[in-house]
Amino acid sequence: MRRNAPVMLGAIRRMLDFELDGEPVRAPEGSTILDVCREQGIDTPTLCYLDNLTPVNACRVCMVEVDGSRVLVPSCSRDVEAGMVVKTDTERVRHSRKMVLELLASSTDMSLAEDAVHRWMDSYGVDIKRYGPPGPPAAAGERDRRQAGHHHVPDGLTAETVAQPVKIDNELYVRDYARCILCYKCVEACGEDAQNTFAIAVAGRGFDATIATEFDVTLPDSACVYCGNCIAVCPTGALMPKSEYDMRQAGTWDETKQDQVTTVCTFCGVGCNLELTTQDNRIVRVDSPIDHSITNGHLCIKGRFGYAHVQN
Amino acid sequence: MTGVPAAAIRELAHRYAEADRAQICWTLGITEHHTGVDNVLSLINLALLTGHVGRYGSGLNPLRGQNNVQGGGDMGAIPNKLPGFKDITDDAERGRFERAWGMPLPAEHGWHLSQMFEAMDRGELRAAYIMGENPAESEADVAHCRKLLDGLDHLVVQDIFLTKTAEYADVVLPAAADWCEADGTVTNSERRVQRTRKAIDPPGQAWPDIKIITELAKRMGHDWGDPTAEQAWDELRSLSAMHTGMSYQRLEELGGIQWPCPDENHPGSKLLHERLWADPLEGQPAPFHACEWLPPIDTLTEQFPLRMTTVRRLDAYNTGVQTDGYTSPLWERESLRISPEDARRLGFADGDRVLISSRRGAIEAPLRVDASLRPGLTWMTPHSTGEADVNLLTNESWDPKSGTSEFKATAIRVDRVTPEKQRG
Repeated sequence: MRRNAPVMLGAIRRMLDFELDGEPVRAPEGSTILDVCREQGIDTPTLCYLDNLTPVNACRVCMVEVDGSRVLVPSCSRDVEAGMVVKTDTERVRHSRKMVLELLASSTDMSLAEDAVHRWMDSYGVDIKRYGPPGPPAAAGERDRRQAGHHHVPDGLTAETVAQPVKIDNELYVRDYARCILCYKCVEACGEDAQNTFAIAVAGRGFDATIATEFDVTLPDSACVYCGNCIAVCPTGALMPKSEYDMRQAGTWDETKQDQVTTVCTFCGVGCNLELTTQDNRIVRVDSPIDHSITNGHLCIKGRFGYAHVQN
Repeated sequence: MTGVPAAAIRELAHRYAEADRAQICWTLGITEHHTGVDNVLSLINLALLTGHVGRYGSGLNPLRGQNNVQGGGDMGAIPNKLPGFKDITDDAERGRFERAWGMPLPAEHGWHLSQMFEAMDRGELRAAYIMGENPAESEADVAHCRKLLDGLDHLVVQDIFLTKTAEYADVVLPAAADWCEADGTVTNSERRVQRTRKAIDPPGQAWPDIKIITELAKRMGHDWGDPTAEQAWDELRSLSAMHTGMSYQRLEELGGIQWPCPDENHPGSKLLHERLWADPLEGQPAPFHACEWLPPIDTLTEQFPLRMTTVRRLDAYNTGVQTDGYTSPLWERESLRISPEDARRLGFADGDRVLISSRRGAIEAPLRVDASLRPGLTWMTPHSTGEADVNLLTNESWDPKSGTSEFKATAIRVDRVTPEKQRG
């Protein structure tokens, strides 16, 4: 390449022809099946996928059928190909999505999951009652000590759950693992997709796998820098600002009285956009718009938590 | 000179030169020296020499420490420029502003911050109006600064808090926090103008800055009406060509626009200095600057043998006025960080309370041994002046080209706190 040649800002992409739910479709090379489904207005459930994270294929809820493929494929990370025949609404797809959502919902507290998750659970006919009443919650720390992968035989009468007390070890955010569906989003945000801190990872395998700090130490003893980018990507409320958690516990968190205003962080010259959630003339939560090009939804400790100086 | 092996510097320079795209980003470690401008010119020389300028992914990027350092300069809040960076001594440009504002403007450069304090010292500056700045804690050689503020005939402070500086004021004007209690714009390090928006009402009698200024003008006999932030912005657009295309509506739609943006069909400018790649060259070639190395003003001697620099921590902000209020798990007590070698040589252990002295003053603080430091180098932060008033130590000598004080290179000594001192 000629030195100092102009840098190409975007590759020129071929258009590919393929079939989606019986209709002919064109999409640029490099698009995922999910990209095209969204463009075509096909409501496709996702739990572990987010536009500002690399797909990890963890949740298996966006699966679709592709002719010639023995197994269902994850639409979030499978690129479209010319001549591909994709089906998103077959009995097999619906059954698979229902099972994934049902197993998660029967074992995890999904009550604070995004509205879309509840919509998908309804539309796929999720029925958690058929797994029996939920089993008793684990004591604090008990699930962390289990040998992941060595699963005990279920009693067949109650639904196995991840219920356990919430972990509160600092003033900025709580970890409510009774709500954790192990989607890996927090791990991605803490790692290469945003913060590059690598304070958390999935420890173990199987039903007893958990999100853990190194050696399961408390957050203040871990490498955590409290950017809270894990909170921003959590789809179920398992990671939550402590201020929001306290308000919810006190019964004062009231979304009907809340507004959102986008402004710019005051703490440095990067220009991160802040989405302030306010209630009763107070800031009750800070996020960043995922579609803004400066930081794509990510913030630092000061931007996300350093607003106490303007609280009335 | 630096303690960094010459071979390592050479290798990095070659890797920088050979990279397809490379940027140099810097903060106060480059600029808070009496040779700050020379330090920046040296970086510019390197970028020009290697061609890492005026192309996508290249460039020189001073990372601003506040959300509107760039915007403040762009708006003419510097002593030598009009809004849009037109020099105030340029008769034609100044004339445009004089006609628009119906008012003659001074035709010479004003004083920058360091010069203003010197003018206070000479008795030529007798009154000051300070907005959103806390020099009584943030200035180098702060004891001298406090004496000067105290000696003014009249001091007005406009701030969102009753800061240490406000304690010296005759009049305090409570202001709204611009980032969430008022509407406006800020400009980030990449020249991108973005909207700030009001989310909550300011407390008590606090007003947005624009209202305080217009009300003050009214009381002085100038009725500027009651303009909104957008109306003030549109006036700026009518006078500053590089902002003309940035209507509030477009700032909203595009998520911010980078200047220059001369008209409403212009997308804004992601790159500056592209002209340097034009063949034949458009305009003047970019000059190189020869810079001689000069040591810090505060020389190391037997009496003051250690170098102290000031640094920032991730969870805190400047003098701590805006970050004292939240409970950060990363918070640490203020201390003097010192290398294990120096601590051992001086007979101190981690946690010992010590007396730190410079040619300007002395403070007490705990010592913290930090294995990442090389012998001879120490640091403190300016975040917790209540715990350790670090700027009593720092040197106010400033760069004659930028006016920035040499915060980064103070000569200090460390002594045991004597029993008398402890009782005192």
